[in-house]
Amino acid sequence: MTGTYLGMPSFPRAAESSTRDGRLRANLRRATRTIRAKRDRAVAELDDWERLRAAGAAVKDRTLRHLDHYLVQLEESVARAGGTVHWAADAAEANRIVTGLVLATGEREVVKVKSMATQETGLNGALAAAGIRAYETDLAELIVQLGDDLPSHILVPAIHRNRSEIRDIFRSRMADWGLPAPEGLTDAPADLAEAARLHLREKFLRAKVAVSGANFAVAETGTLVVVESEGNGRMCLTLPETLISVVGIEKVVPTWRDLEIFLQLLPRSSTAERMNPYTSMWTGTTDDDGPRAFHLVLLDNGRTDTLADAIGRRALRCIRCSACLNVCPVYERAGGHAYGSPYPGPIGAVLTPQLRGLASPLEESLPFASTLCGACFEACPVAIDIPEILVHLRERVVEGGPVTVRGTRTVIKPAKRHGAERAVMRAAGWAFDHPRALRRGQRLLARTRGLHPRRLPGPGRAWSDTRDLPDVPPESFRDWWARTRGGTGRTGGTS
Amino acid sequence: MTGESGRELILGRVRRALRDVPASEQPADHPVPRDYAEKHGERSHDATVGLLAENLADYRALVHRTDAPGLPALLARLFLERGARRVAVPAGLPVGWLAGAPAELLVDSPDLTADELDSVDSVVTGCALAIAETGTVVLDAGPDQGSRRLTLVPDHHICVVRTGDQVVDSVPQAVRRLSPARPLTWISGPSATSDIELERVEGVHGPRTLEVVLVTGDPREL
Repeated sequence: MTGTYLGMPSFPRAAESSTRDGRLRANLRRATRTIRAKRDRAVAELDDWERLRAAGAAVKDRTLRHLDHYLVQLEESVARAGGTVHWAADAAEANRIVTGLVLATGEREVVKVKSMATQETGLNGALAAAGIRAYETDLAELIVQLGDDLPSHILVPAIHRNRSEIRDIFRSRMADWGLPAPEGLTDAPADLAEAARLHLREKFLRAKVAVSGANFAVAETGTLVVVESEGNGRMCLTLPETLISVVGIEKVVPTWRDLEIFLQLLPRSSTAERMNPYTSMWTGTTDDDGPRAFHLVLLDNGRTDTLADAIGRRALRCIRCSACLNVCPVYERAGGHAYGSPYPGPIGAVLTPQLRGLASPLEESLPFASTLCGACFEACPVAIDIPEILVHLRERVVEGGPVTVRGTRTVIKPAKRHGAERAVMRAAGWAFDHPRALRRGQRLLARTRGLHPRRLPGPGRAWSDTRDLPDVPPESFRDWWARTRGGTGRTGGTS
Repeated sequence: MTGESGRELILGRVRRALRDVPASEQPADHPVPRDYAEKHGERSHDATVGLLAENLADYRALVHRTDAPGLPALLARLFLERGARRVAVPAGLPVGWLAGAPAELLVDSPDLTADELDSVDSVVTGCALAIAETGTVVLDAGPDQGSRRLTLVPDHHICVVRTGDQVVDSVPQAVRRLSPARPLTWISGPSATSDIELERVEGVHGPRTLEVVLVTGDPREL
């Protein structure tokens, strides 16, 4: 790992090595099973869960269908409350805005609350290039940063690390970033958390600038919401003089009241708790309490392109709970890095190809990184039908078609590597339209059963690399039916 | 590129992306069903307070109960047990609450530095309300709660909840009573993390010990 998502291999190539990593698979199996059982219990406590889900999905759909209206309303509300709103069309613009705001304070250090949006824009690298040091303060992000690693889970970015690996990273790397790890540090989670507390405390107390994301931004009131557990969020949101929040444009919700839905859905889906330890809500700035300057950077970076696809836009309902990762059989085995973006798992498989466009073999491969089992749809607190979007994107990859790239509608060509698949599908379509040809083909296949290879030759080889060829029965169903009429005896004459 | 052109660029993209939405459709035309529960289950008020205590304790908050006249003695005992000598308080905390406490008081003010706050042993506040179903106390920076950092930097937070008028059942009831114009902090147990193997560990950056005192009667006159 080198701390960048650039030039990542396609999903099957990355998964080929990660699925062979026994330690990674053991870490993931243990963690995802723990959280799955807890989530089931937390959700079962609310007998109106399905109604909350429907309400959450409907609020998000209303917002997305009128996103321009709500963004303008949010901007007015934040400005009225004393904040400043900036608009960033892409990652580079967001990074430029944030870097400029930090430099203007005269500071060369920022503390950061875990934020998916700034992972997506690669903000830390941009700040470093401008001579600004960014300290990640979420425990898992700290583990990732100290280990020069990449996040592999939305909620628990260091889920691929077990406790002894974390202890080793703390021992060897903490001193490079500030206070070294305590002597004789053990791998007990409580000791590791204590080491992180000590390491970060002086940074919090002296910090003048913080960078955060937000879980929700309320258009009606201008209120920003950060949901967290450790208190690092509260530290960053209240102690510094300047707060800069980078927030995706899809995080807006219309009304204050809408929070009553999401504050029930999110904690139970993500950490499987009735409520997470800390939720901070702030509206602009408050005299003598918290930052004196508040900047909200609204980030597009592919979201409007996603919005332009009426099926694909449902992925923008996502509230980043990570429940879909925890239930996904593919994620559990392949791990988060194979998805090549800050958004791994099922939601990443539909978000990344839309946010970035079908730009490389990685993005083209992601819609296929699924068995379409539907566990993600069932777990999703805002009822995103991820399998439906996956199939929709597969069609776009194989058949080509209209997409929007940086605001411009265009038509993409079918992806190259799927030529054989298209040929097979065309042939199958023809055969099903011609019953006599189909019957002849089936009989031919049945008679040559003993000669069938275990793997396909030529262009079909990649397909049979990871699949067993189905056994061909000695007799086709149609022939069997013609002979026996389904065993009702009408031709057998037994009764 | 300036912020202004970024704004027009993004809003233009949004409008083009939504060409399939009829121009006549207003935001409220897209229905939002709100048939979810206003609260979960029917309980007496006493049972609701009991549920609050149970859920607070489930997430490792220490829960105490007293009547209003007993509050100062209880607080004094908690400081003694903790060995707290310096205690931070919001400016509007009723003076009688700490009458019996053998501790030096540090009153919240904008001039307090984070380092000064870091040197206190405990902080005592009231709250805006508490939510039984989730085991949550909510602070809204009212006079008996002080600024947000007051309850963040010290390692030990004692939060006093009036059971008579500050306990609600559910999240929807809480949202209705709170004002977004005030900075809000929702607290459910001491700080915690699940970042190591998804196992919950209490005690990271926020107060590692949260004690909640459920008071009957009205302690505001103390």
